[in-house]
Amino acid sequence: MNKTVNQKAWFFVAPVLILVAFNAIVPLMTVVNYSVQETFGDNVFFWAGLRWFEEILRSPRFHDALGRQLFFTGTILAIEIPLGVIIALAMPRKGPWVSVCLVLMAMPLLIPWNVVGAMWNIFGLPEIGLLGKTLNTIGFDYNYTRQPGDAWFTLILMDVWHWTSLVVLLAYAGLVSIPDAYYQAARIDGASSWAIFRYIQLPKMKRVLTIAVLLRFMDSFNIYTEPSVLTGGGPGNSTTLLSLDLVKIALGQFDLGPAAAMSLIYFLVILLFSWIFYTVMTRGEEQ
Amino acid sequence: MARAKWLIPTIYIIFLMLPIYWLVSMSFKTTNEILGSFTLWPQNFTLENYRTIFTDPTWYTGYINSIIYVTINTVLSVTVALPAAYAFSRYRFLGDKHLFFWLLTNRMAPAAVFALPFFQLYSAIGIFDTHLAVALAHTLFNIPLAVWILEGFMSGVPKQLDETAYVDGYSFPAFFVKIFVPTIAAGVGVAAFFCFMFSWVELLLAKTLTAVAAKPIAATMTKTASSSGYELGLLAAAGTLTIIPGAIVIYFVRNYIAKGFALGRV
Repeated sequence: MNKTVNQKAWFFVAPVLILVAFNAIVPLMTVVNYSVQETFGDNVFFWAGLRWFEEILRSPRFHDALGRQLFFTGTILAIEIPLGVIIALAMPRKGPWVSVCLVLMAMPLLIPWNVVGAMWNIFGLPEIGLLGKTLNTIGFDYNYTRQPGDAWFTLILMDVWHWTSLVVLLAYAGLVSIPDAYYQAARIDGASSWAIFRYIQLPKMKRVLTIAVLLRFMDSFNIYTEPSVLTGGGPGNSTTLLSLDLVKIALGQFDLGPAAAMSLIYFLVILLFSWIFYTVMTRGEEQ
Repeated sequence: MARAKWLIPTIYIIFLMLPIYWLVSMSFKTTNEILGSFTLWPQNFTLENYRTIFTDPTWYTGYINSIIYVTINTVLSVTVALPAAYAFSRYRFLGDKHLFFWLLTNRMAPAAVFALPFFQLYSAIGIFDTHLAVALAHTLFNIPLAVWILEGFMSGVPKQLDETAYVDGYSFPAFFVKIFVPTIAAGVGVAAFFCFMFSWVELLLAKTLTAVAAKPIAATMTKTASSSGYELGLLAAAGTLTIIPGAIVIYFVRNYIAKGFALGRV
């Protein structure tokens, strides 16, 4: 659509701008403020310069948390995106079952995050949880509160359970927007189902999948409540993701300076990845 | 192969329902039964857990609080996002692309980063522990999302609609409210759904910004868990009840979601 240049459009954007700026800029400045100062309590602050940034960037603890975070986000994206697309492809396009599928699949999305964590916490307990008991009965030595591998398995399974539906909903929306004529044309040309997927469905889903990957990337990088309820970062530190570590430093130890510096680095990492992905995926769309 | 296609969504839905079933079935068990033995369904079926929640004000006010701030947030987010999304979809103006991306960056901000500054900011302006505080804090990630979704839908509406309305003598506000918004009703539905969803499920900020008067149900649950030991049956019942508002909302917007996504560029 060709848009007209109209500077008065700023008035339309103003309410959003004021609200979001109030919520984003003031707290962000507070964080920036803390990140360059040292405090010993009682509201006494000393200039610390970039010391906290150096300290965080060099600390093995931060590297470990970042590594775990990247592993977590990479794994769930590698599972949820293809799985979501497969399920969306297999869903009916018309008829009463569409509503049934959509309503049931959207269920996990609308459960408060701590309830999700608590639910999986109990579900996985080896003695009284359905998952834990079943796995142990069929011969696995499964105990997510003691074994790091099991904790990771539970954490990833929980996230797949929780968020794959979002990918399904978005991919499905992309699929139903393809006109029937495309499929008819493909059938006349004798296209295989792989060819239909590769040259018709996948390109049509590109936009929605971009949104899905971006949303899943941002949200999985920010994940806090579910793992904090499920494993609390344990056993040991094995599932301490970035924001769990951050909350430990900020609210647990009350080290505001390092916590603020870490927040900013954390935020910049998300921003950088999202920007690269957004730019690459939307390149060529402008013309 | 085509005949077995229904198997994939079916297996997926069963996988989704299993943990939910476990939670619901636990809510009808006594805490003794939950801890004492492994039973696939309640042996001593009890409604005691639900009765406690509906008669104890510390429990049920949690639900009311959550519903109040979620509603304020949804109405506020969608209302301010509508004109902004219109501006982004129809006009070019100085810094529009940067502004759009900046809005999206707020969707990326980890709530853990903002929890403490939010607490200080809202305490300073005196709205700590009010529904408004939580509703305002949640606009941080809901407004960008609402603008993003609505912009997609609005760009799908041809510009001729606007021009015809002006020729017919509509003023801009009249056109916007009477013609434009009804045209993209599906988009408004989808945006409201996502605002409701993200505000309903968020806990970290909601918990940080409230103490007593506006405490959300999810926070009530975490506090009970730590203070009175393991009241698992009660927790399961409270958890089950938090699923219900979401289920009702999905039921009402199910057609909007299917159609709405298809219409918009979302």
